[in-house]
Amino acid sequence: MGDNSLVLGHRVSEWCGVAPVLEEDIALANTALDLIGQTQLWLGLAAECEDKGRDADALAFRRDVWDFRNLLLVEQPNRDFGHTMMRQFLFDAWHSLVLAALKSSDDPEIAAIAEKSLKEVTYHLERSSDTVIALGDGTEESHMRMQAGLDRLWPYVGEMFLTDEHDLIDVAALRPAFAALTNNVLGTATLAIPTDNFTHKGGKTGAQHTEHLGHMIATMQFLPRAYPDAKW
Amino acid sequence: MVMTKPSIDQVWEWLDAVPDPEIPVISLVDLGIIRGVAWLNDVLEVTVTPTYSGCPATRIINLDIETALNDHGIKQVTLKRQLSPAWTTDWLSEKGKAKLEDYGIAPPQTAGGPTQCPRCKSAQVEKISQFGSTPCKAQWRCTDCLEPFDYFKCI
Repeated sequence: MGDNSLVLGHRVSEWCGVAPVLEEDIALANTALDLIGQTQLWLGLAAECEDKGRDADALAFRRDVWDFRNLLLVEQPNRDFGHTMMRQFLFDAWHSLVLAALKSSDDPEIAAIAEKSLKEVTYHLERSSDTVIALGDGTEESHMRMQAGLDRLWPYVGEMFLTDEHDLIDVAALRPAFAALTNNVLGTATLAIPTDNFTHKGGKTGAQHTEHLGHMIATMQFLPRAYPDAKW
Repeated sequence: MVMTKPSIDQVWEWLDAVPDPEIPVISLVDLGIIRGVAWLNDVLEVTVTPTYSGCPATRIINLDIETALNDHGIKQVTLKRQLSPAWTTDWLSEKGKAKLEDYGIAPPQTAGGPTQCPRCKSAQVEKISQFGSTPCKAQWRCTDCLEPFDYFKCI
């Protein structure tokens, strides 16, 4: 959970200062901020459980690509604004369902982080759904870009629902709820959901990230790696 | 030396004088983020819940609480972070909501949007963006007086 929010939070922050309009720039920066805040909670808890003297910053800035356990979807590059918002929508839909399930975790700390994050993510989902609908059912150009984004990102959706032995919840069981949510929004957005359900995998297990993650991490980690004692 | 411990009510009063660093017109108590104050022997424990998990003001808020209490002679203060129950705008005080409106920020509404423009009081308002200058605000506009204004998000 922490790696997902960290990697997507960093990706979304790449729009800061260069988004199409000021309001979107602010919205993207705020979304990134929420995700980075959630990262501090998740990685903080992970560091505490690990008990090896590392903190959230050490986990974020001192691990290499193969140690990251984020979904392949979130490391995909921003490309255009439509593509970014489609990635956000697909992730928000999944994220909201997972957090709702984790909210009932027996572990009070996990439940508390999920409860806190879910409030923010519900808001993200509302915005990304509205934007996907507005652009999908918008002009010929915006529709074409949203469809292209969906076609390109769909092969990364399946990985979000592969349950493994490290999962606290059965993510596979959330697929029908995800399908209902996405069918509704993408249908209203007049977008066609690809019928091929082939999925790339290897991000969540760390076995095979896409080539994009290493570049992102190199940028993200440069400062704390180059100046290990820097404080800010 | 025997230190007289200020009463819990007195501490709440002092905390109600600490302004929110981003929206100084309301206090931290108005914001509803102070969830508890208790003496643990000679240490004062203040329980604080964050508004948004990534809000950059959180660190300043913690510092401001400590500084204010130290200034009032309480030297040993510990801050406890509490995530659950998650902060909700239902915890904003009525006094705080009225101050927000006076300041030009429309207070949160369960309907999901402001009822009126905080400046000219017209009900003709429209949303510009779901996000604003801080994580807790969205941007709206009045179609009568044409002024854009902040709306305190309802969560």
